Amino acid sequence: MAQAERPLSPHLEIYKPQLTMVLSITHRFTGVGLAVGTLFLTWWLIAAAMGPEAYAFTQWIYGTWLGYLVLFGFSVSLFYHLCNGIRHLFWDVGLGYEMETVYRSGWSVVAATAVLTFAAWVIGLGVAG
Amino acid sequence: MSFKTPLGRVAGLGSAKEGTGHWWAQRLTAVALVPLSFLFVVFVFAFAGADHARAVELMGNPLVAVTLLLFIVAGFYHMKLGMQVVIEDYVHHEGAKTVLLVGLALGSFALGMAAVFAVLKLAFGS
Repeated sequence: MAQAERPLSPHLEIYKPQLTMVLSITHRFTGVGLAVGTLFLTWWLIAAAMGPEAYAFTQWIYGTWLGYLVLFGFSVSLFYHLCNGIRHLFWDVGLGYEMETVYRSGWSVVAATAVLTFAAWVIGLGVAG
Repeated sequence: MSFKTPLGRVAGLGSAKEGTGHWWAQRLTAVALVPLSFLFVVFVFAFAGADHARAVELMGNPLVAVTLLLFIVAGFYHMKLGMQVVIEDYVHHEGAKTVLLVGLALGSFALGMAAVFAVLKLAFGS
C-alpha cells in the first residue's frame, strides 16, 4: 500500500522558542557533542599509552588553534550538560516542576555554564602556561 | 506477563522492550559523573602541557588513575545509554537503526576497554 504524501502541521517554523525547549534540545546536542569529544579523549589516552612520540604528536595537534577550539566547545558542552543534568536529576525526584522554578533553574544553568567555563579556562591557561 | 493481544504479539508492534533498567542506569551514572566530571576537569589542568614522563608520573598516582577509570566506565556507559535514545528517536528505518544500535553498543564497549587499558598501562609505569 503506497504511503500518500500528506502535509504536516508546521511546528518548528511557527512555534515561538522558549527556554524550556531550547535548553532541552541543547542538553541533547551537548550530549552528542560530548560523545564525539570522548573519542578525542580516548585517542589522547591511547597515544599516551603508545609512548612519547605518539603522545607528543597528539599533544601538538591538540595544542593548535583548532585543537583549542574543539577543547573549548567540549568544555562548554561538558559544563552545560553537567549543570542541566543536575537540573534533570531534581526533576527525577519530583522537585522543581513549578513554572517559575523551571525558568529560574533554567537561567541558573545558563549562568553556571558561563561562569564555570570562564573559570576553568582562566585557571587552565594560568596553570598550564 | 505481556498484556498484548495475540495479534499484537504476532505483529511485533508496540513498546520497544523494557526501559526501567535503562532509565535507572542513566541516572546512576549521571550521579556518579557529577563529582567525577569536576575531578576530570582538574586533571585536564594537570595533564595539559605535560610531557610524557610527567603524564606517566601523574597517572601513577592511584587516586588519579582510579578516578579516571571510574570516569571512563561511568562516562562510556552514560554515553552509550544517551546515544541509544538519540538513535532510537531519529532513525526510523528498522535495518539502519539496528546496525547503528549494535555498532554503538560494541563500539562504546571496545573504546571504553581501550581507554581503560591505556590508563592502566600508564599507571603501571608504561
